[in-house]
Amino acid sequence: MGAELDQAGRTIFEKSVAGRRSSVLPPLDVPKTELPVHLLRKSVLHLPEVSEPDLMRHFLGLTRRNFSIGSGMYPLGSCTMKYNPRRHEAVVAMEGFADIHPAQPVDTIQGWLEALYHLQGFLAEISGLRAVSLAPMAGAHGEYAGIAMVRAFHRNNGEDDQRRKVLIPDSAHGTNPATAAMAGYEVVQVRSNSKGDVDQAHLNSLLGENVAAMMLTYPSTLGLPDGGILEIAAKLHGVGALLYGDGANMNALLGIVRPGELGVDVIHMNTHKSAATPHGGGGPGAGPVMASEALAQFLPDPVIHWDANYARYDFFRPEKSIGRLGTWYGNTAVLLRAYAYILSLGSKGLRAVSENAVLNANYVKVLLQDVFNIKYGRERSCMHEVVIDGTRQKPAGVSTMDIAKRLIDLGFHPPTVYFPLIVDGAMMVEPTETESKETLDAFVAAMRAIAREAEETPELLHSAPHYTPVGRLDEAQAARKPVLRWRPPEA
Amino acid sequence: MRQKLWYRQDFTGEKNHKNMPEAVDGHPPHPYIPNTEAQQREMLATIGVGSVEALFDDIPAEFRFPELNLPPALASEQALMAHMRSLAARNTPGTVSFLGGGAYRHFVPSVVGEITGRDEVLTAYTPYQPEVSQGTLQGAWEYQSMVCNLYVMGISNTGMYDLATALAEGALMSARITGRRKILLLDSVHPNDAEVVAAYCDRQGIQVEEIPARDFDAVDDKTAAVVIQSPNYFGYIETQDHWRQATKERGALMVVSANPISLGLLPPPGEFDADIAVGEGRSLGNHLSLGGVNLGIFTTKEQYLRQMPGRIVGRTTDRDGRVGYVLTIQTREQHIKRERATSNICTAEQLVALAATVSMTSYGPEGMRELAEQNFHKAHYAAAQIAQIPGYQLLVEGDFFNEFVIGRPPMRPSWINHRLLQKGIIGGIDVSSKIPHGLLLCVTEMHTREQINLLVKALGEVT
Repeated sequence: MGAELDQAGRTIFEKSVAGRRSSVLPPLDVPKTELPVHLLRKSVLHLPEVSEPDLMRHFLGLTRRNFSIGSGMYPLGSCTMKYNPRRHEAVVAMEGFADIHPAQPVDTIQGWLEALYHLQGFLAEISGLRAVSLAPMAGAHGEYAGIAMVRAFHRNNGEDDQRRKVLIPDSAHGTNPATAAMAGYEVVQVRSNSKGDVDQAHLNSLLGENVAAMMLTYPSTLGLPDGGILEIAAKLHGVGALLYGDGANMNALLGIVRPGELGVDVIHMNTHKSAATPHGGGGPGAGPVMASEALAQFLPDPVIHWDANYARYDFFRPEKSIGRLGTWYGNTAVLLRAYAYILSLGSKGLRAVSENAVLNANYVKVLLQDVFNIKYGRERSCMHEVVIDGTRQKPAGVSTMDIAKRLIDLGFHPPTVYFPLIVDGAMMVEPTETESKETLDAFVAAMRAIAREAEETPELLHSAPHYTPVGRLDEAQAARKPVLRWRPPEA
Repeated sequence: MRQKLWYRQDFTGEKNHKNMPEAVDGHPPHPYIPNTEAQQREMLATIGVGSVEALFDDIPAEFRFPELNLPPALASEQALMAHMRSLAARNTPGTVSFLGGGAYRHFVPSVVGEITGRDEVLTAYTPYQPEVSQGTLQGAWEYQSMVCNLYVMGISNTGMYDLATALAEGALMSARITGRRKILLLDSVHPNDAEVVAAYCDRQGIQVEEIPARDFDAVDDKTAAVVIQSPNYFGYIETQDHWRQATKERGALMVVSANPISLGLLPPPGEFDADIAVGEGRSLGNHLSLGGVNLGIFTTKEQYLRQMPGRIVGRTTDRDGRVGYVLTIQTREQHIKRERATSNICTAEQLVALAATVSMTSYGPEGMRELAEQNFHKAHYAAAQIAQIPGYQLLVEGDFFNEFVIGRPPMRPSWINHRLLQKGIIGGIDVSSKIPHGLLLCVTEMHTREQINLLVKALGEVT
């Protein structure tokens, strides 16, 4: 990515010239009605005035300043940045899907409802949890729905007041405690042991009838399946609490194991991870939630069901539903892609996805473990991701951030950095199954070269990246003196 | 009859395959999985393991490798597309539709898809590494700027899931700012949005009370905020100035939900000094998709920056003084503040926000004004024509934008819709549970005079 002749930082507003326009509306074909003068916008509408060629050039210029899956690998742990199949884009663009209003009579949307109904079924098969709602619009939204269902379950048993605590491992993604708090719970942190698994002794000390649930990521954010998961589930159920599964790492489990069979009561999946829906720079995604029969009546509204009375698919609001999660039915355009994806792969294909995801991660692990520290799981196979860290490079004054930025120079997006918190200077590496052996070899070579540079020429790392439109940005200044929008020049 | 909520369908029987032509079992390597069996063997040798299965030894043995009962794979593109086309054919938009109620059919300029379909923005990750994400970040900053201009508000985030959740987060934010635990919600707010607001608040012990749209006296010093939608669910314009006065007197905030398309014409919430203004951004350059493309526009006053949820992009410079953009004030967010974060939101609707940005640029200020006016004029033409049909009335008095409520008492709106559908016309939304005999009709710039006349004629012929 070279520097642009069109200087980085020129916004669309700075390209605006009064009187230009990018579109023309058809002429009004009805008589005008008098506008209510007391109800007219007074403020000037400051939107850019540009021609269509300038509009295209500007936004295409923006696209040239992005790394994407089309540029190269994103070894981002827990993000599952796998290839996004293009045929799905053609599907979503079909008029029969795109031009349909959500409030249409159900008889006129049977194609949509059949796809969504079957997707529910696919997710039930994959997770082993039969009750499914597709309504959540992101992973965190799915977490929120799941925890709200837990709360509804306890309220239904008259135990909501007594069960105010949710247990969350110290290795958890930040959305987990944020979700629990948002749903009205108190967060209690559970320690990890020296193997990176949940410290069962610590868990025992926290268990009681004041616990609503535990939130567990499986495999963990360290890329390791907790060896004690069956005990964890049993212990929680023993005190009347539930096990919430964070499904962010489901790419390791497709056709490998069903979370529902391990004792998970409710789990969400991120379709923009395991189900290959595009990340879009930060959405749209979807976070469908799958739950056990005991929680089925609390599912969000709507669930798609087959109405035998009318022989058609229809929306269904479960008896004691936690209610709607949004204005409509979820990010159905995203869900349609997930449906097409699972349909394209089938059961053997999904198993191949997880097998190759895990194989790729272990391959990278084995080729990097002599140059980068691995705090947890050195001696065992990892799942679809491996957490290495920059502690071996730290004494030379090189930070994980430096390593990440130098990797950009070598053509890769950095891995997830500084997470999970229990690993100092963590780098979570998740290649995904859609990367070839050659790409993995190139990534390994790049990382090994950086490790050498850390010792021999660390200044190259400190000043990285070198070839991007901008270098390291002053984030402290951005927070200290926020400039969050373009402002029209003072009149 | 109690419906089963779980899905169990046997895919081995032919009867379940009627919509699925030629099922092709996935034969490795799948087009999305590059490594061949030979390469996998090489990699296993490097790892020092005999088989891929051995990598899963830490999964409890009794539950390992379940056989998933899924349909045989449609591995060829041809087979998948044929199946999807057959599904698409079973969705019928009708000759014309007059549905509104929070989802609107607006024009989608081709330039939008030309940009949002680009791999560089479609498949890009969240911009946590700003040096390689200036496209996403600058696009987001331009989006923030445009919605602030449109709503006449001080600051914006990069977007939330949809209008309902943005409104709910606005209510929660009001409670945080004021320290009060009661939200008043006008009964003319979209019922689905009202439900989400109430649920989100209830989980945090915040009380939500629905009040009549002119009950200004309901505001007291326990009220954190009054939540208003204008144009409201029925299409009519609420008196934001009176509500601003009532809330100011009691130290409560005013949270307004406003259709962005209407703001080219109508006074935006910022002109009434709203504290928080939200909207549904789908209308800006996106297809309806069963309500499945969403964007929760969220704006507020500068002084509330630290309480605003969601991602925010700020402008800064690098070491060489080049202008660049970064995610900022991240200390509000879940990855830093965890249980003390303003919200749990992480992935939101970035690509939809980009579509909105391109769309607003395509229209420009004159285009947005003209777009809003066309909506206004076409809807008013329709309403005037319908009011002249014997038996039909406009059931609500007041100014409206592009939606209005008609009725033909004592005829049920569901019957009117049924008769219209027999002629291929999808009518309106039955709102008779709130307004007796009420049918909510929406007319946008997409409706031609001929289509409106078709509706009027068909309504006149309803028996």
